[in-house]
Amino acid sequence: MISDGVEDEEKWLTAGIAGLQQNAFYMHRALDSNNIKDALKYSAQMLSELRTSRLSPHKYYELYMRAFDELRKLEIFFKEESNRSCSIIELYELVQHAGNILPRLYLLCTVGSVYIRSKEAPAKDILKDLVEMCRGIQHPLRGLFLRSYLSQVSRDKLPDIGSEYEGDENTVMDAVEFVLQNFTEMNKLWVRMQHQGPAREKEKREKERNELRDLVGKNLHVLSQIEGIDLELYRDVVLPRVLEQVVNCKDDLAQYYLMDCIIQVFPDEYHLQTLETLLGACPQLQPSVDIKTVLSGLMERLSNYAASSTEVLPEFVQVEAFAKLNNAIGQVIEAQADMPVFGAVALYSSLLTFTLHVHPDRLDYVDQILGACVSKIAGKGKLEAKATKQIVALLSAPLEKYNDIDTALKLSNYPLVMEYLDDRTNKVMSNVIIQSIMKNKTHISTADKVGALFELIKGLIKDLDANNDDEMDEDDFKEEQNSVARLIQMLYNNDPEEMLKLVRRVQSQDDNVTEEETASATPKKIFQILNQTIETLSTVPVPDLALRLYLECAEDSKAQVTALYLIIGTLQRMHTFGVENRDTLTHKATGYSAKLLKKPDQCRAVYACSHLFWVEDQDGVKDVLLCLKRALRIANAAQQMANVAKGSSGSVMLFIEILNKYLYFFEKGNTQITVASIQGLIELVTTEMQSDTSTSDPAADAFLASTIRYIQSQKDKGGATGEKFEAIKV
Amino acid sequence: MVLVMAIGDLHIPHRAMELPAKFKSMLVPGKIQHIICTGNLCIKEVHDYLKSLCPNLHVTRGVYDEDARYPETETLTIEQFKLGLCHGHKVVPWGDLDSLAMVQRQLDVDILVSGHTHRFMAYKHETGMVINPGSATGSYCGMTYDVNPSIVLMDIDGLRVVVYVYELIDGEVKVEKIDFKKTSATT
Repeated sequence: MISDGVEDEEKWLTAGIAGLQQNAFYMHRALDSNNIKDALKYSAQMLSELRTSRLSPHKYYELYMRAFDELRKLEIFFKEESNRSCSIIELYELVQHAGNILPRLYLLCTVGSVYIRSKEAPAKDILKDLVEMCRGIQHPLRGLFLRSYLSQVSRDKLPDIGSEYEGDENTVMDAVEFVLQNFTEMNKLWVRMQHQGPAREKEKREKERNELRDLVGKNLHVLSQIEGIDLELYRDVVLPRVLEQVVNCKDDLAQYYLMDCIIQVFPDEYHLQTLETLLGACPQLQPSVDIKTVLSGLMERLSNYAASSTEVLPEFVQVEAFAKLNNAIGQVIEAQADMPVFGAVALYSSLLTFTLHVHPDRLDYVDQILGACVSKIAGKGKLEAKATKQIVALLSAPLEKYNDIDTALKLSNYPLVMEYLDDRTNKVMSNVIIQSIMKNKTHISTADKVGALFELIKGLIKDLDANNDDEMDEDDFKEEQNSVARLIQMLYNNDPEEMLKLVRRVQSQDDNVTEEETASATPKKIFQILNQTIETLSTVPVPDLALRLYLECAEDSKAQVTALYLIIGTLQRMHTFGVENRDTLTHKATGYSAKLLKKPDQCRAVYACSHLFWVEDQDGVKDVLLCLKRALRIANAAQQMANVAKGSSGSVMLFIEILNKYLYFFEKGNTQITVASIQGLIELVTTEMQSDTSTSDPAADAFLASTIRYIQSQKDKGGATGEKFEAIKV
Repeated sequence: MVLVMAIGDLHIPHRAMELPAKFKSMLVPGKIQHIICTGNLCIKEVHDYLKSLCPNLHVTRGVYDEDARYPETETLTIEQFKLGLCHGHKVVPWGDLDSLAMVQRQLDVDILVSGHTHRFMAYKHETGMVINPGSATGSYCGMTYDVNPSIVLMDIDGLRVVVYVYELIDGEVKVEKIDFKKTSATT
């Protein structure tokens, strides 16, 4: 059935256009022979096509446009005085003889336009005449197009300031009156459309109404272009009249569109100065109107206005824009009790953006807004996704604007808003905060701020909901924890005292963490970082404690080995201890080395300790050799174990390593290491390698070979080195 | 001509947040044939990033690396050169050339790349080179003051290698190059 209707419409439109074009043809022929009467007759017939009720707005528009084109040509013809055989006043009379009212009115408007141009009568009189006569058409669709035509032809003939039509009798007020009246009548017609036809076609009607809305809005546009309308006129006449019509029509489609139109079409300075009036209309609108979108639109415009130049900012303060907007929002939210949470938050979000642009220094305003949000979302239980998204946007805005977490931390209501986020969203927000800090590289410099910050991001640091069964993807979790770790980088203060307080604060945070397998990853990580930090803080270290600390951290043997090497390496470089202390530490380190889990590890750690006994240029006692011999013993033991376990001796790698250490100290001039001892070791190694029971180890072979090459190259150096090494036989 | 990047001791996220922007913009995927990393990345993110620059990624285990699977040492042959890689925290005294030379002998390599000291170093001797690419992020190290971020790029061509070191000093990238030629082919 519907498709039939569309096909029919097409047919009617085609028929209408055909009729129109035919009459237009005859009209032009009549004009060519200066037959005014006939021309008017055919033009009336042509315009009769517009009397149809069969077309939808979309199709009617097509028909209208063709008629419009023809009327333009007619107007041009009449403009030439020589073409008319009669005066303009006579012509004006003549066209009123047309039989049907709609063609009559179109012709009147056309001739009226020429009449005004001729200036034979005041513009205001003619305009008044026309706008009132158009009342004759009460059919919404036809009336709208007719009045639209009137608006178009009169556009450039309004008695505006500076226009040629202005005079003692014609003022701007007359222009304003004319447009306002046209607007009012058009709106009435437009609203009437809503109630035409059966209830089941409501959706179709609304669609059609939407297609026509710009015809009505055009009037407001015309008003905005009238130069003679200054702030006073706008405030005292134009706005009140327009708002009156908007409120009184009680139609939500119209109200929404027109409010938005007003905001978009008139200048921002005017809006600022008429804020109260404009906002005052909002609560009077139909409850079903989406006023929050309108208000958001207004705030956005004002935000952009504020951003455009700093000179306008004082104006905002002067008109108390913030207070008025805040009030209006409060009233709207109150009036529309069933507004969903995300709607209210969206409103506050817009207000926040506005505030950040206009009053960036007024943290109290920002806080106020957050506070209002808190009271709105409190007690609403679980929030839907749309709402949480809005809240995240709300919370992110100050971060982006201020680029400094310090400022955000000063907002007392900020953490309160975060309280209402569910775990997942809290984590999302926490991440946003961390990203912001890292992007701006802002340092968090006091323990208090650290506390406040950790409170905000606690979603990442501990499990908020113990009953949460959400299995988190391990990779995601690691990423989260890593970003917290990166955050720690930003906790920094030049003053070591303050720095220490910061560190302690972070540590105490760990004490509050709930015991849980995955949660323990974070304190360990933080502790790890702190360990490294402590490295820097230790000017007078308590060495034993440091040793123990490191070894405590290492819960598996690999970590213990690493820890031990760190100790040995660090000790080797440290000269701050007294001789006795150093000795104690060295022996302790060697002792720990010998107690490592695996024999090869023991051996290697012990020979590493040999460097602790050696002080450059001091022949230093036999301790170096003793240490190396201890390593040798361990290597031997390792061999024995391999024998027992596998039935063949293990690799000689360890021995070769120790041999290289012998060579190291030999080169440095340690007299305890004799050529004989080196020789002995070489023989030991070669024997082992050639023995039947040894397993072949290509790596060991290569190592021995390169060691021998090294000895040879030292010999080849000549001089003192060459002499020293000469004695070694390879 | 094979390009090999030597990089290490980034300490992300513990001591640094990310690679310096100027280095990042230099490193384009597909240009480098091998990346050898001395260790201390420390997290998977860094591994993935390096892997995206070049699929031939070799990493040895540093003190703070999260991935326990990285080996202690690694060797690879490129053109006529044998390269060895280790982190260096187990080579005592740290940064000592003779001790490092021992490791070079042990691994039987021409070029040994190791880190841990966060100080760039490239030392030539008759039989090879010992290179330390320093810390790519310039992160803190107890034994080196004023660490500048640095990375090393080696251009290996037959028996010859040109070592380029890129150091970020006062916000500007400075480049130096060192030439080395092997006396004989790898046996």
